[in-house]
Amino acid sequence: MTTSAPERPAAAAPTGSPVLEATGVVMRFGGLTAVNNVDLRVNQGEIVGLIGPNGAGKTTFFNCLTGMYKPTEGQVKFEGTVLPPKPRAVVQAGMARTFQNIRLFANMTALENVMVGRYCRTSAMALTSIVRGPKFRREEEATRARAQELLNFVGLGRTSEHLARNLPYGDQRRLEIARALATDPKLILLDEPTAGMNPKETEEAKQLIFRIRDMGLAVVVIEHDMRFIFSLCDRVLCLVRGETLIEGSPHVVQSDPRVIEAYIGKPDEDELEEEAAKEDHA
Amino acid sequence: MTTSQTTAAVSNPRPSSQWLITLVGVALLIIGCFLSWSYVPALLGNLSVNFFPGAIQIFMIIVGVLGLFFLLLRKGLFPGAHKLLDSARGLRALSVTAAAFMVLVVIVIGLQAPGLANADPGVFVTLVGALAMVAGSFRMPSDPTVDPITVHLPSWVEILVIVAMLTVVLFGAAYALGQEDGTVFSLFLLFLAGLVVALARAGLFSWFGVIAQRNRRVIMLGAFAVAFLFPFTQNGSDANMSIATQVLIFATTALGLNIVVGLAGLLDLGYIAFLGAGAYVSAMMSHSAFANIGWKPPFLVVVIISAIVSSALGLIIGSPTLRVSGDYLAIVTLAFGEIFRLTVNNLDGNNGPDLTNGPNGIPGIPELEIGSFNFGDTHNVLGIPLGRFANYYFLLLVVAAIIITVFTRLNNSRIGRGWVAIREDEKAAEAMGVNVFGLKLFAFAGGAFLAGMAGSIKAHQDVSVTPDQYIFLESAFLLAAIVLGGMGTVAGVLVGATVLKLLPEKLRFVADYRLLTFGLLLVLMMRFRPEGLVPSQRRALEFHEDDADLAERIEDAHIEAVTPMEGRA
Repeated sequence: MTTSAPERPAAAAPTGSPVLEATGVVMRFGGLTAVNNVDLRVNQGEIVGLIGPNGAGKTTFFNCLTGMYKPTEGQVKFEGTVLPPKPRAVVQAGMARTFQNIRLFANMTALENVMVGRYCRTSAMALTSIVRGPKFRREEEATRARAQELLNFVGLGRTSEHLARNLPYGDQRRLEIARALATDPKLILLDEPTAGMNPKETEEAKQLIFRIRDMGLAVVVIEHDMRFIFSLCDRVLCLVRGETLIEGSPHVVQSDPRVIEAYIGKPDEDELEEEAAKEDHA
Repeated sequence: MTTSQTTAAVSNPRPSSQWLITLVGVALLIIGCFLSWSYVPALLGNLSVNFFPGAIQIFMIIVGVLGLFFLLLRKGLFPGAHKLLDSARGLRALSVTAAAFMVLVVIVIGLQAPGLANADPGVFVTLVGALAMVAGSFRMPSDPTVDPITVHLPSWVEILVIVAMLTVVLFGAAYALGQEDGTVFSLFLLFLAGLVVALARAGLFSWFGVIAQRNRRVIMLGAFAVAFLFPFTQNGSDANMSIATQVLIFATTALGLNIVVGLAGLLDLGYIAFLGAGAYVSAMMSHSAFANIGWKPPFLVVVIISAIVSSALGLIIGSPTLRVSGDYLAIVTLAFGEIFRLTVNNLDGNNGPDLTNGPNGIPGIPELEIGSFNFGDTHNVLGIPLGRFANYYFLLLVVAAIIITVFTRLNNSRIGRGWVAIREDEKAAEAMGVNVFGLKLFAFAGGAFLAGMAGSIKAHQDVSVTPDQYIFLESAFLLAAIVLGGMGTVAGVLVGATVLKLLPEKLRFVADYRLLTFGLLLVLMMRFRPEGLVPSQRRALEFHEDDADLAERIEDAHIEAVTPMEGRA
């Protein structure tokens, strides 16, 4: 599992061994190249941020990593082995995700949602479920206990029996994280975990992600909230039009003019003049 | 209804005018029932004798007594029940039922007597009473009621309520089956429907629902006991038992299909083919002179072989088609149903191996014999003769019990959670590690297995197996039973199957226009209650995505149901 020395001297020195290595990932839809030759390496216990303007291909890249899409070119290695492009196999291997537009099982309770996440780590099949021997009951109890534990961990312990669709927005995001954690992942991919949250909830989400990292998981976060991402991540990758613009420590990425340009656009000549005129006036 | 109105109604102890009008209406209704309704004795049972009410007059007396009960309830005579039941809503539904019922009776007298000159004053007294009830009750403000989940009665009271309910069901079913006159039967159905609606409007059923939720095991055992006792009420008569057996075989098959449709959410339009496959295998291995397989194993082995053959067919059909999503499965299963029918029609030795005797099918299948118990003989139990159909009925009851156990246990397990997740959001389920394809295939093949089991019994009960018993229409009826009754519930399917099988047996009209009436019924269901008569709560939520109140209510009930358990732990 030892690989060549990190190619990014600017980045904070990675601590653990690499969990995920995506090299040269290309995703084309017909003539449209949504992701073009993107590399990503995530080490154990590291939080990596993925930023970029709308339509930069962040979520498409996520889908390539998690087996929802089969990348046109390039490969995704998880703990040294290439993953088959099947979501289930990816989860089984230890990579879980949340969704940008929340995709909970709305008509199940919070607890049941998390219990579904345990599916791939439990084994009761038809006959066991019908006969209901001691083994089945033990497993069912363990599943329930673990789900409740995870709900407590994300701070939803008291609402475990509420329907997912009745939960407030912020809690739904946290429930998605609990459900992803239930699959016992080594790497968790969060797609805009603070979208639509107020500053207090955003801060709580940040603390939650730190706690997840402290459990020894690697985390990849897509986010638009720059203050959030730069105070959270060890390393940030900026995608623009499907290509890597820059990768490095938050400090480096933050101060790169090209990143600002990609988000806000190049200041227009006329606008500059106007602004200058205003300043003269004042 | 505004709050100020309701509080005024409750705090005012003086009888209001609406209350008095309704009371007069109820009184007229009951008095009218004791008078003669028609000169013609041969009409609608016998309604021509004063002070000796006939069957349909007794229906109206029951309505009147219930109305009286609601009226007294409003005056606070039964302090406990006052909080639970909304008498005004109950009265409204009741009065509309009574009025509709009486208008129909007057029309029937006018048409069949013939002429309204043959109607006696009694029928008009009752009609006026019903109209007065309508006038009074519709101006009555609703009562404030409390949510039934907050009411806790001693458990023996709850169990008593369940026993009473099931007894009513048993005798109601026996009575309904005993009715020979189609018009009386229809009027009985109208009366029954009105009664159910009135009690539901008053909130009795949500209370029953809560009780049933708390005592699920008692309900299950009780319902099974009622079903078990039913043949003993028939005095050895085969007429009703044959219908009951058909209802049961239909319900059993529909239960199996409900695993596929209701739990896994797969639309299967060719399910009858699996039943047919089981029936054909069983017939071919029977001692019938037309059976073409030499091997005659004991019946229990045949059941298992039939089930395995059916589920193998399920695997063959399912494995290529379950990978695609959407309506493809419906089309493929539809085609499979046709392929099955055509295949058994043609395996007659001319076009292939001689297995099924083609269109003639396999007749003369002997009665089942398990050990020394022959299903064709009449057996006496406690002096009550139990005929051939009763024997099959009991066997089918056992099969139904097996399928219900499989159904409920799978539903409350890892597999059941996986199915729900697939129904809710297939992509998300896959991304959370649920084996989507495997679970779908399992539901499909498992459903086929159960149908094969039921089919192997059906072959013996029907005596012969022919291709035209297993046509698409039968699959559609099975599906209709599920849609009508409620996807994903056992009780719902039992209700749906009973309604769909019983109505054509008892009503010539429905039998002649079977497709028309069922079609209309389904359209009405889709418009007013898409989740079915007895829906599973999750299905109700799925059909009402925007109904926040419903979600709150179901959540409250759920939290109420799990909290005491946690308290005890």
